[in-house]
Amino acid sequence: MAMGPPKLELRGVKKSFGSKVVLDGIDLSLDAGKSLVVIGGSGTGKSVMIKSVLGIIRPDAGEIYVDGQNVTRLSGRARERYLRKFGMLFQNAALFDSLTVWENVAFGLIQGHGMRRAKAKQIAIEKLAKVGLGEEVANLSPAELSGGMQKRVGLARAIAAEPEIIFFDEPTTGLDPIMADVINDLIVDTVKAIGVTALSITHDMASARKISDRIAMIYKGKIIWDGPTAEIDNCGNPYVDQFIHGRAEGPIKMEVRG
Amino acid sequence: MNFFAFIGRATIDFFAQIGRLATFTWSAISGVVRPPFYWALLAQQLMRIGYFSLPVVGLTAFFTGGVLALQIYIGASRYGAEAFVPAVVLVGITRELGPVIAGLMVAGRVAAAIAAEIGTMRVTEQIDALTTLSTNPIKYLVVPRLVAAVIAMPILVAIADSIGIFGGYVASTHSLGFNGSVYLKNTMDSLKYSDVTSGLIKAAVFGFIIALLGCYNGFHSRGGARGVGTATTSAVVSSSILILAANFILTNVLFSD
Repeated sequence: MAMGPPKLELRGVKKSFGSKVVLDGIDLSLDAGKSLVVIGGSGTGKSVMIKSVLGIIRPDAGEIYVDGQNVTRLSGRARERYLRKFGMLFQNAALFDSLTVWENVAFGLIQGHGMRRAKAKQIAIEKLAKVGLGEEVANLSPAELSGGMQKRVGLARAIAAEPEIIFFDEPTTGLDPIMADVINDLIVDTVKAIGVTALSITHDMASARKISDRIAMIYKGKIIWDGPTAEIDNCGNPYVDQFIHGRAEGPIKMEVRG
Repeated sequence: MNFFAFIGRATIDFFAQIGRLATFTWSAISGVVRPPFYWALLAQQLMRIGYFSLPVVGLTAFFTGGVLALQIYIGASRYGAEAFVPAVVLVGITRELGPVIAGLMVAGRVAAAIAAEIGTMRVTEQIDALTTLSTNPIKYLVVPRLVAAVIAMPILVAIADSIGIFGGYVASTHSLGFNGSVYLKNTMDSLKYSDVTSGLIKAAVFGFIIALLGCYNGFHSRGGARGVGTATTSAVVSSSILILAANFILTNVLFSD
């Protein structure tokens, strides 16, 4: 696989909202089957980067390649087909509260792939089992679940249609440390089990170390460091150093007004 | 200079808003004619928008019809023209008050509900989640509501017309001493096909306005609970104003008899 094009590649992606520059030329590439975690403070453009790849936000400049194909300006039906390669776990799970748990998990199968409901339900229950949830939750509504369980359902939904690339948006935010670790384990297991390519964004260093092969740091809309997870402690980059040790003093100044 | 900057910014905001609404309307309309169609969701929305609006629309139509009869009687009796009460109630309800009262009531009920629901889906990223699951949010969320409102409103107004005329009948026979069968005969004699159809066409337009502005405001809400509240308010206010403005234009241009 090392010889092929990267699974996902961003070249010089820029995005501004009004006069506020959020992405200032992001270059990032990700090989198939690997897990990359992008770390960075709040409001540094992590979510905007992921939403640009998904086409939810249109970048102002730059190119995005998936499997060597330029996908930056896809629209309509072509974009829907392209999005079938992706799964995403949202920060607050973003489950559809008008549907039951199994209908949430099966949503992509039924709507995106046109699968019959009975078959999709069966797959949904299998996927729920993979994230440690029993059949009894399948008919509950998402509002009846705890935050950790909602994240698990979100994970089951993200892997249900067997995507090639999964995005994890702050997978451990808002969870207690034990539940966070359970989610981390589930991410590692599912990613390895189905061999997908994973791109996560987080500011939780424990999670980042656990689920990544490589870590990149984003600061002021640019990637300022990118390397194997094992090397992050000796990277010699003062910004990365400050971030991973969580120090208030250092080159990164907290902008009080965003 | 600040004053000019303010005017400039307000003008730009205004036209940006118009532009956003226009592109949103266009993508909604093109979603109506292109598959996939979500029939089950359409049926669900017909229930919510149409069927569950029946009590509120029926009650307001009844009282409006009654009040109309009482007021027209007061005016008409000054010229000894009491006999025209049934005909004026008929024209008032079918051409004007049936569609407008139903439109405003449904705007309050449905535009608010749509904006709140879609707005919450926006701020909790459920709309983004739809996109990542290869589902077009416009087709999944907006089209069923839009089509349901355009179908349901004329039906609601047809019912509101009947109930409103019945309200006028009740008020006239009980308080004004009209003979029931004479009142009904007068009503039937002055009934014109175009009175009813013009009201029903208005109703379809109002339904479109209600669903469109409910969805638009919900879709563009941001910033958590407060943003959803703002979206809900502007959905009701803007759809009500637009209904009254559209009513004026439709009456003027199309249905001036």
